[in-house]
Amino acid sequence: MKLVFERSRPGRRAGRIPRPDGLSPPAPPEHLRRAQPPRLPEIPEVELVRHFTELTSRNFGIDTGFYPLGSCTMKYNPRVNERVAALPGFRDLHPHQDEDGAQGALELMHDLQEILAEVTGLHAVSLQPAAGSQGEVTGLMLMRAYFSDRGEGEQRRRVVVADTAHGTNPASVTMGGYELLKVATDARGNIDLDDLRDKVDDSTAGLMLTNPSTLGLFDENIDEISTIFHDAGALLYYDGANLNAVCGISRPGDMGFDIVHINLHKTFSQPHGGGGPGGGPIAVREHLEPFLPVPAVVRDGNRFRLDYDRPKSIGKVRAFTGPFGVFVRSYAFILAWGRELRAMSEDAVLNANYLLAQLKDVYDLPFDRLCMHEFVLSARTLKKEHGISALEVAKRLMDYGFHPPTIYFPLVVPEALMIEPTETETKETLDAFVAAMQSIAREAAEDPETLKTAPHNRPVARLDEVKAAKRAVVRYRFEEHPDLVAEATQPVQAEAPKGV
Amino acid sequence: MPASESYPDDLHYHREHDWARIEDGEALLGITWYAQDALGELVHFEAPEAGAAVTKDGIYGEVESVKAVSDLVAPISGEVIEVNQAVVAAPETVNEDPYGDGWLVRIRVADPAEADGLMDVEAYKALLAEQ
Amino acid sequence: MTYATLTDADRAEMLETIGVASIEELFRDIPAGVRLGRPLDLGEPLTEQEILERLEELAARNVHAGEELTFVGAGVYDHYVPAVVDYILQRGEFLTAYTPYQPEMSQGILQAIFEYQTVICELTGMDVSNASGYDGTTVAADACFIAKHATGRTRIVLAETVNPQVRQVVRTYAPGFGMEVVDVSHRDGVTDPDEFRAAAQGAACAIFQQPNFFGCLEPAPELAAAANDGEALAVAHVDPISLGVLEAPGNYGCALAIGEGQGVGNPLSFGGPHYGFIAAREQFTRRMPGRIVGETTDLRGERGYVLTLQTREQHIRREKATSNITTNQTLLALGGLISLCWLGPEGLREVGEACMALAEHAKERLELPLLFPEQATFKEFGIRVGRPALDAIREARTHGVNPGYPLGRDYPGMDDAILVAVTERRTVDDIERLAEALAG
Repeated sequence: MKLVFERSRPGRRAGRIPRPDGLSPPAPPEHLRRAQPPRLPEIPEVELVRHFTELTSRNFGIDTGFYPLGSCTMKYNPRVNERVAALPGFRDLHPHQDEDGAQGALELMHDLQEILAEVTGLHAVSLQPAAGSQGEVTGLMLMRAYFSDRGEGEQRRRVVVADTAHGTNPASVTMGGYELLKVATDARGNIDLDDLRDKVDDSTAGLMLTNPSTLGLFDENIDEISTIFHDAGALLYYDGANLNAVCGISRPGDMGFDIVHINLHKTFSQPHGGGGPGGGPIAVREHLEPFLPVPAVVRDGNRFRLDYDRPKSIGKVRAFTGPFGVFVRSYAFILAWGRELRAMSEDAVLNANYLLAQLKDVYDLPFDRLCMHEFVLSARTLKKEHGISALEVAKRLMDYGFHPPTIYFPLVVPEALMIEPTETETKETLDAFVAAMQSIAREAAEDPETLKTAPHNRPVARLDEVKAAKRAVVRYRFEEHPDLVAEATQPVQAEAPKGV
Repeated sequence: MPASESYPDDLHYHREHDWARIEDGEALLGITWYAQDALGELVHFEAPEAGAAVTKDGIYGEVESVKAVSDLVAPISGEVIEVNQAVVAAPETVNEDPYGDGWLVRIRVADPAEADGLMDVEAYKALLAEQ
Repeated sequence: MTYATLTDADRAEMLETIGVASIEELFRDIPAGVRLGRPLDLGEPLTEQEILERLEELAARNVHAGEELTFVGAGVYDHYVPAVVDYILQRGEFLTAYTPYQPEMSQGILQAIFEYQTVICELTGMDVSNASGYDGTTVAADACFIAKHATGRTRIVLAETVNPQVRQVVRTYAPGFGMEVVDVSHRDGVTDPDEFRAAAQGAACAIFQQPNFFGCLEPAPELAAAANDGEALAVAHVDPISLGVLEAPGNYGCALAIGEGQGVGNPLSFGGPHYGFIAAREQFTRRMPGRIVGETTDLRGERGYVLTLQTREQHIRREKATSNITTNQTLLALGGLISLCWLGPEGLREVGEACMALAEHAKERLELPLLFPEQATFKEFGIRVGRPALDAIREARTHGVNPGYPLGRDYPGMDDAILVAVTERRTVDDIERLAEALAG
């Protein structure tokens, strides 16, 4: 289909701006003035709406169908959450509004902090981080501040990460200024304790762990792991990507974790918007509270205020108090479940095990245990016997109307297919997915060519990612379409900067 | 067209799937058929600068496919005297001819005796058989 | 349990298929010692109506921009968001999609991001943009990380006229990057190019803001040249709504352009979620953080879009990645794209001109001393009210007018100064009300 720039015709437009009565616009000083206008599309509103409507018709969301993307917790996003986030008192509230003009917003955030403290079993919460990965690096900054405060900042240089971890964990370790140590996974899918003991000493700052892990398995030795780190004077960081498995069942604080991030866009149903926004609040034990980002949202009697007076704080990790609109949606979601939140996680785990029970004879199962909210299969046998990889299974699922699972992750499982149904799917949907997966396994033997050329009914066929990486065309090339702009102007290019 | 599997017997092999062809105090370095097959079609070669020092077992560059990155490990120490610009321009050359046109850098060898610690083709094939 | 979809009959049948007797048994791998063993201490479950009532009650205790005439800006602005933005962003195919890992399922989002990258490159005069960063503060930290790896240097130079929150975030990240921060003081509201040049010698990057936090127009081309003289990356933090009238950073020698996108296409929303943008010269493409969409073709030769250059990213390069970012702000960035398409080049210029015209009018009409009378401004300017700014603001608010941001919060010696923001949504009559409210 056309790009929006290819629908543009000189002289057309959608929006008009009120002209200030009787005022003539002053021009900026000559040398600061824009010489050539940006080549934005010139398009009437009807064409604009049709363009984006056509784009939506070429996209798949939870509203379109089942989206069992492992580790992403693609649950239904209730529409009331959108309605409340759009209330003018929230949507049109300026973040620099005086505290007395923002009491409702501050109370909502304070309430959410208390809820997240209860769900995680920890003492204090900062809502500021913009997403899970920012929560991670914030947690590592807290470790650094905490150990510096104790005079152990120089000594504690290392952070341990499981080999099953999301890529964000090791990347956060680097951004936080720590050295990475990887720990292996044992034959049951738990952390290998012998390997772990070898890697923890008084140079260890902490552990980053997802529990249940990215394999969808709860680490049976979590008590022992916690003891190993705490005995070494180190801290435990919980990556909350998989919190949807354990709400109201087992809390990270009770497992021994000191710092937790929560992905509001996973467990608490903030819609993911094709890549974001998210929310990555962090919760900590009491002794880490002084280091949390500023400002803190605090309660004085019936009044709420922002507290900047935290001398040991790491500072700010993003603007203001965090992605407030995300808080409104997640708060509304949690109010719906209330004290019955445990039932959410129970159904998520039940749905995952129901799928696992029916698929483990059709695909390889690297760790034969009950799973938590997700599980990892392998297409290893299909690959060996029929040349059909996890990628082909994923592409073929599209033809059956399902979004594929996460593939090739975690890295410790070859040909991985990571499946997370969430609690919001009906049994009929799960049954249809099982039937599709079984059918694909049959096709692998009988008609592998159909799988290798799948998908067959999407707006595009399989895309050439090698070509994309080699060409790296990452913006529209106006210069190849000179007819589309009134004056085919080349941007003014000054000399390239030298500092390269 | 990807090359078919082969391991020439005139090369020195490193266990990280890198090779060196040593001649007259110079060496060509590259990656083995096994390495390029595991990576898939290469799309980028992050090359060292000419003049850069490379150290045996040290990293001297990277090759990338769409979904993977691999460090290039030097089988032998020396100084880079030439980067294969044909591979910079067309990284898939490595997939097509890993031991010929797909060489990566030419180095001036610092200590020819280092080659004694490398594998010959039989030892390397035995290593692959284990994997 | 509003959102449960299984019936008890379903559950019984499913447990039988699994081969366990109870839901409880599914959790048998969790050691007894770490189980909660009691209900969570949360409220009774609420129905949709009850949720709406609770949230309406909270929202009513906020004073929003529709209730109070506001001139508060300082980084987040009350610009007009067209109706088409809300309409398109609420479509479920966009709203409820995940990151487009599977391109055949996600051509809509992928193409829209490609279009977003293009308009950001057009606004900034750059060659490459990512799919968005968290906000206008974190993209500054991203720029520092790029600069460290591109130059091998560790010093960050920050003009004091950069938004204080941006500076705070850079300072929070710098120790983890192994970098240190040097500030360059302002001279009469703007940055002196010679001082900037001196500080930039041997630095990784030098960051300035245009228009700066005081609303003043910096000598941006001279500052970029000063950074380049020191072989530091010149980084401009720019207001996208100004780029119809002010020159693009790519056209005066900057290596990177960053900024807060909120003013184009996002509501105020008490500070987020919004989007940050980061754009660069081509030679930094492989150092860019986060997702980038590229053009390609499918098996049939049709044009299509995929996430590309992914080997930069955490899910492949892990501890050596260019950033840890994964979730970004795509939906908000699409709000920016739609808004810019709605405005077009003429509309963007007209918004900038309207802001400038109204701000100039306000400067004259208020009849108060300007904080930096010598400097040209865009849509914001500082005034001195001759008494504590907080008192003046409190008093004006009793007249239903919020006159602006108290600069004393961030800058010593400015306790009597207010930063006034005038967007195209304000009118000449609104400025009369502001003048009256400040006069008492």
